Amino acid sequence: MSRHGYTYSAGKLLRHGLTRGAWPRMWNRPERRDSYDVIIIGGGLHGLATAYYLAQNHGITNVAVVDKGYLGGGGSGRNTGIVRSNYLTPEGVAFYDRSLHLYNTMAADLNLNVMLSRRGHLTLAHTDSALRTMNWRAEVNKLLDIDSAVIGPAEVKRLTPSLDVSPNTRYPILGALYHPPGGIVRHDAVVWGYARAADHLGVHLLQETEVLDITCDGGDGPDGKGPGGKVTGVRTSRGDISSPVVVNCTAGWASLISNMAGVPLAITTHPLQAAVTEPCKVFLPTVVVSGSLHVYVSQTDRGELVFGASVDPVGTYRVNGTLEFTEELAGHVLELMPGISKMRLMRQWSGLCDMTPDYSPIMGHTPVEGYLVDVGWGTYGFKAGPVAGETMAETIATGRTAELIAAFTIDRFTDGDLVGEKGAAAVGH
Amino acid sequence: MIVVPCPNCGPRNSSDLRNAGEVAPRPDPETASLTEWRSYLYLRENPAGWVTETWYCRSGCRRYFTIERNTATNEIRESENS
Repeated sequence: MSRHGYTYSAGKLLRHGLTRGAWPRMWNRPERRDSYDVIIIGGGLHGLATAYYLAQNHGITNVAVVDKGYLGGGGSGRNTGIVRSNYLTPEGVAFYDRSLHLYNTMAADLNLNVMLSRRGHLTLAHTDSALRTMNWRAEVNKLLDIDSAVIGPAEVKRLTPSLDVSPNTRYPILGALYHPPGGIVRHDAVVWGYARAADHLGVHLLQETEVLDITCDGGDGPDGKGPGGKVTGVRTSRGDISSPVVVNCTAGWASLISNMAGVPLAITTHPLQAAVTEPCKVFLPTVVVSGSLHVYVSQTDRGELVFGASVDPVGTYRVNGTLEFTEELAGHVLELMPGISKMRLMRQWSGLCDMTPDYSPIMGHTPVEGYLVDVGWGTYGFKAGPVAGETMAETIATGRTAELIAAFTIDRFTDGDLVGEKGAAAVGH
Repeated sequence: MIVVPCPNCGPRNSSDLRNAGEVAPRPDPETASLTEWRSYLYLRENPAGWVTETWYCRSGCRRYFTIERNTATNEIRESENS
C-alpha cells in the first residue's frame, strides 16, 4: 500500500526537536498548466476530497484545485467539526452514513491522524413536537441500520452529568435522540490530509488563484453561457485555463460562481456564528445539540468548549460577529449547563452557509455540459465532505450521477421533488 | 446589528422585522408553466452587492415594504420600487 506523504512519529518529533530541522512541506506550489482534464473551484474539504478520489479511485490526475485564498480557509476551517448520520430522510441517512464510514478509516487512508472521536451525539428535545420528530428520526434510522434511539432525561443525565435535566428549567429536557457513532473530528487535519494525498497523487493545488469567470460555448445566454452550452474553461487572476470539466465546490460564494456559468441556484447565503471558550478540564463526554435553543456544544481535545448556533436570519455575505448572538448563545448554553457560568469566551467567528429551501445539498450535473456543482451545503457540509468527494469523483469519472446523490440533483427544484431535511438539519448538528 | 428603516416605525433592529427575501417578478399563476413558477419560488440571484428586497415589520406596524440593501456591507438605501 502506498503511503501518502511523510509519516509522523514520536521518534521523528524527538529528532526534529533536537536538531531543529525543518519539517517537510505537506504539499507543493506547482506552476499552473494551460489546460487540465478537470478544474475544481474551491480548495476546501469538498474540492480537495473530490480531487483526491478522482486520482485515487479513478486514476484521473490531470486535475487542478483553484482557490482565491488558502486551502481550508472557508467553511472547512470554520465549522464545529461534528459528524453524525441520524438524519430524517432515507436519502439523507444513507448519504451521511457513508461519510461516517469514510471518516472511520480516514486516518489510515490518508496517513494522517484526523483525531476522530466517536463520543456519542445527543439531540435534546424540550417540547412534545420535538420529541415526536426525534421518534420519527429514530425509527427511520433504525430501519436503515443506524445506531440511534430516543432516551429519557435520566439516561441523558447518566451520559452527560453536567446537563441540567430538572423539570424546573425554562425549557425542561424531555428526552433526547442518542446517536452513539456521532462525534467530532479535527477539521483542519481532514483538509490537510486530503490536500497532501491529492498533491502526492499529482493533483495541482493552485492557491491565491481567483476565478473571475467561467467560459462557455453554445449556450442560450450571453457569451454562450446558460442551458444547452458547454464549459470550455475558467478565467482566473493568473490567466486563462482551459478544461472540459469545471466543478463548483465553493461554499458561501456558490451562487456567484454558478452565475458565471449562467446556472442560477436555489440558494441564499447566511452567516453562521460560533464561539469557543477558554480550555478547562475535560468534563463533557458527548456532543450536545438543542434545536429549540439553537445551540450545539462539544469539548475539544484541548479542553475548549465549542459553541455553534443556527444561521443568522438575514442573508448577507458579511461575516461579522454580533453582540446579540453572543448574549443569546451564552444564555442558552447556561440554561443547559448552569455549572459553566464562570467560563470565559475566548473567540467568536462566523462562516458563510449556502442555504437551500429543503436543507439538502445540490450536487451533480447541470444544464451546462461539463459544469458540475457540489454546493448548497448549508450547515451540514463538513460531515458530508468525504462522501461528497467520493460521489462527485464517481459522477465526473463515469459521466453518470452516483446513486447516493441522485436525489440531490439541481433539477429537483424545477421538478418539484424536494428532499425535506429541515427536521434533522436546521440546527441539529 | 442591521438597522432597517420601516416607513411607519422608523429605524428598527432587523430582529424586530422579518427579511422576506429578494424581490422577483411574480409570473401570472394562470399562464405560467410549472418550471417558470418553481423557478420563481426557488431560484435566487443571491448577489454580493445591492439587492432589492422585501421586509415585514413583524413586531411593529406589520407592513411589507421594499428597500435596497448591499449584502456585502449591509448598507441600506431607499428603493425606487417601494
